[in-house]
Amino acid sequence: MSDHSFELKGSLFPLSVLYCQDLSAAAVKTQLQQKLAQAPAFFYRAPVVINVESVTQVPDFEAIAQVFKELELVLVGVCGASAELKKMAQAAGLASLQLSKSKTPAKESKEKEVKTEAAVAAPVMETKVVEQNIRSGQQIYAKGADLVIRGTVGAGAEVIADGNIHIYGTLRGKAIAGAAGDNQKRVFCHKLEAELISIAGSYWLSDSLQGEYWGKSACIGLQDDKLVLADLL
Amino acid sequence: MAKIIVVTSGKGGVGKTTSSAAIGTGIAMRGFKTVIIDFDIGLRNLDLIMGCERRVVYDFVNVINGEANLKQALIKDKRIETLFILPASQTRDKDALSKEGVERILNELAEEFDYIICDSPAGIESGAMMALYFADEAVVVTNPEVSSVRDSDRILGMLSSKSRRAEQGLPGIKEHLLLTRYNPERVVKGEMLSVEDVGEILAIKLLGVIPESQAVLNASNSGQPVILDQDSDAGQAYLDTVARLLGEDVPFRFLNVEKKGLLKRIFGG
Ligand SMILES: Nc1ncnc2c1ncn2[C@@H]1O[C@H](COP(=O)(O)OP(=O)(O)O)[C@@H](O)[C@H]1O
Ligand SMILES: [Mg+2]
Repeated sequence: MSDHSFELKGSLFPLSVLYCQDLSAAAVKTQLQQKLAQAPAFFYRAPVVINVESVTQVPDFEAIAQVFKELELVLVGVCGASAELKKMAQAAGLASLQLSKSKTPAKESKEKEVKTEAAVAAPVMETKVVEQNIRSGQQIYAKGADLVIRGTVGAGAEVIADGNIHIYGTLRGKAIAGAAGDNQKRVFCHKLEAELISIAGSYWLSDSLQGEYWGKSACIGLQDDKLVLADLL
Repeated sequence: MAKIIVVTSGKGGVGKTTSSAAIGTGIAMRGFKTVIIDFDIGLRNLDLIMGCERRVVYDFVNVINGEANLKQALIKDKRIETLFILPASQTRDKDALSKEGVERILNELAEEFDYIICDSPAGIESGAMMALYFADEAVVVTNPEVSSVRDSDRILGMLSSKSRRAEQGLPGIKEHLLLTRYNPERVVKGEMLSVEDVGEILAIKLLGVIPESQAVLNASNSGQPVILDQDSDAGQAYLDTVARLLGEDVPFRFLNVEKKGLLKRIFGG
């Protein structure tokens, strides 16, 4: 008889991986703080893995874990660790994750790794679909994904995606695409009346959007750091 | 099963209490056993509009705290047999309501009543959340101006995320738009949003349009819900609203500027 109330299954999750040569607690803290300042909402309680492949000094994992805690981030574990570093990470209560070989041309580690199916930090571009109007004061964030809204984004509402954003209703609020920094991402909407559109950190207020496409369907993207509006079709 | 209807808006002074009184009275006039609850703890004006302020002995908070039972606190309307009011306390602070307490009272009322109308306080704080949390339907009262529409949008977001139905994954609260203090002349002049504008922004079904009317002020001064003034425009508009709430198909009135008759044009209107 199988017991479904308790199961252990392998799954894939998108995790942020921190690449930092200098892994002193102080350096990690300054770097993270800078990132957080750019987009506090995106990283709030985000799970993070540290890539320790190219570190030169032996990191103090306990101190680093403390920094993550202070900044309200969740340090899950390390990847690319040597056998020695793995032990130290383990002692600090961190998991050792295996790098997916195809994504990172890492040097072959000497020891034989046991192959597991579990949790590989693979970036998966998915689509988050929301089937309702987004009202004033509401915020939707599609982390590592495209975002589709089958409704209207009201004034004072905010939709954010690391990928593209598609809005089948009217966009009256704010739309922030490419939130993780990808300047190829775009915003598509059925009717443009936005308060703000941002792509990869560059943004435009409603004033600069009120041209030919105002009140019409549009596709908004970046070209050489300039905002480009185009027909949806 | 009793139906719980919250009358809400986000913004203050848009006509929630006026509408709660009118709608509650209108439903009771159709023979349904109805109670209107004043959730506006600390302000207390439903009883004034209903004209029963002198008969308040115990209130909603007393019942929640076990200082009185429902029978003692419910005020029976003198005009309509099936209508009751549960007044708010004027002396307590607005955090006197607890979710458990409200739930207990609503459950008790639900055994006896067909309709429970919750008159919400303004804002999006705990009092307003408490009023909407257990609702099956919501009447979102909106004035035809930008800030009121924005606040209504905000409340609609709360209804779809912070209510019991949302939290328990039940079918969502049924949302109705009630446009109040509508003044067609000012709409024509572009000083106010039109029914179409508001409908497009909020994207919920229109339940009624209540014109800006002197009759509302007269009614509240005399402690009579305006729906009882059946010759007035606002009274008739509320009657239509109640009919629609009960599922009837009634055409909308009072949407356009009234053409002044010959006499009115000569003598001024
Ligand atoms: N249709 C209307 N025409 C004219 N005055 C109105 C109308 N509806 C409400 N009012 C007035 O607006 C004020 C606020 O109404 P009230 O019902 O107390 O609002 P709320 O409960 O939303 O704060 C009151 O003075 C009321 O008489
Ligand atoms: Mg009120």
